[in-house]
Amino acid sequence: MATTGVMRPGHIQLRVLDLDESVAFYKDVLGLVETGRDAAGRVYFKAWDERDHNSVILRQADRAGVDLIGFKVKDKATLEQLDKDLQAYGVATERIPAGELLETGERVRFTIPTGHVMELYAEKTDVGNGQPYTNPDPWIAASEHGIAPHRFDHCLLYGPNLEENLKLFTEVLGFHLVERVLLEDGKSLLATFISCSHKAHDLAFVAHPEPGKLHHLSFLLDSWEKVLRAADIMSMNRVSIDIGPTRHGITRGSTIYAFDPSGNRFETFCGGYETYPDHAPITWTFDEVGAGIFYHDRKLNERFLTVVT
Amino acid sequence: MNAPAPKVFHQVTIVETGEVYRCREDETLLAGMERLGKRGIPVGCRGGGCGVCKVQVEAGEYSKRVMSRAYVSAEEEAAGIVLACRVKPLSDLRLAVLGKMKKNVCATPSAAAADARQS
Repeated sequence: MATTGVMRPGHIQLRVLDLDESVAFYKDVLGLVETGRDAAGRVYFKAWDERDHNSVILRQADRAGVDLIGFKVKDKATLEQLDKDLQAYGVATERIPAGELLETGERVRFTIPTGHVMELYAEKTDVGNGQPYTNPDPWIAASEHGIAPHRFDHCLLYGPNLEENLKLFTEVLGFHLVERVLLEDGKSLLATFISCSHKAHDLAFVAHPEPGKLHHLSFLLDSWEKVLRAADIMSMNRVSIDIGPTRHGITRGSTIYAFDPSGNRFETFCGGYETYPDHAPITWTFDEVGAGIFYHDRKLNERFLTVVT
Repeated sequence: MNAPAPKVFHQVTIVETGEVYRCREDETLLAGMERLGKRGIPVGCRGGGCGVCKVQVEAGEYSKRVMSRAYVSAEEEAAGIVLACRVKPLSDLRLAVLGKMKKNVCATPSAAAADARQS
């Protein structure tokens, strides 16, 4: 599949309760690379293998959770077209000037039906992954520091209006539905997993009465062994582990979930499968959703399903 | 090599269940409960962010760290309503559980989705 239009989740801005504690965690335990700090006090990170300047931005606040998620689009013409398409569809958009986030171009900001703030942007400075673009090595010292994921991969968001939300992402933003979970009635959506690329999910949603909630943000590792190593690093550092290591039925990823020092849940995972827009979506029925979520436990886990920030 | 300093313990009583456990002064009320495999206070993120372990301290002294204003207001905090994952005991202590996984955690997925459809 040629990746056009919306390409990938590019940045997420998180609220944290104690900035210094959180910076130490994201840098030395999760193993992201700090790339900058701005006048507003926000701290910027990227995963070692990411090329753009930042992907995770921390902001100190009096409550945890997610401020916004940004998707990188192919180029400026695409950004202009998508802004027009969103407005034509009836979605109000706002322009955030270039430079408001460090090393990031102009952004088109809007609120989706689940209550989350989304942004599209075309430009973020390529600072590289620590390797030249000519004759690189496969990995570098930074890829061994902490858990050290390859990239910020996707997130799972909780909010209302899943049907309307799915329509917006598939009809305007070019995503396709990869997997879904249905409620007892066999029709209404409990969860959707959508992709704008080859990935099994670039974004996922679960129906929830409160808008704008974060279930988790996820980071990609490249093997099951690295997932176990992540679990060891979490326990060595007394990180609050939620569940795992285990495997998902939905998307097939192997995974461990934990919480950052402010209670924002994150995932480090590997695997899953590749998807294409012509693939029929996979459906999970409500009576089997336990196995869909955690394939070995095969039952619902209250904390995993309901604790959000 | 010097021996490590002796650990200081306090007795924590959960009013509803009568559960009593020994909690170290250098660990949170929630961590102390979990480490001994005890139950009573609902366990969420353990980071002051999700509000699940909300308790009312009825008696006893404690130290505390910043916790989410989405779940504990300044007035509540002043009145001893806190998140058990952010509080460490400085004396024996009695607490009542307020969280009961009420806010987000009581809702089954289907109930949450039903609420979402109504809103």
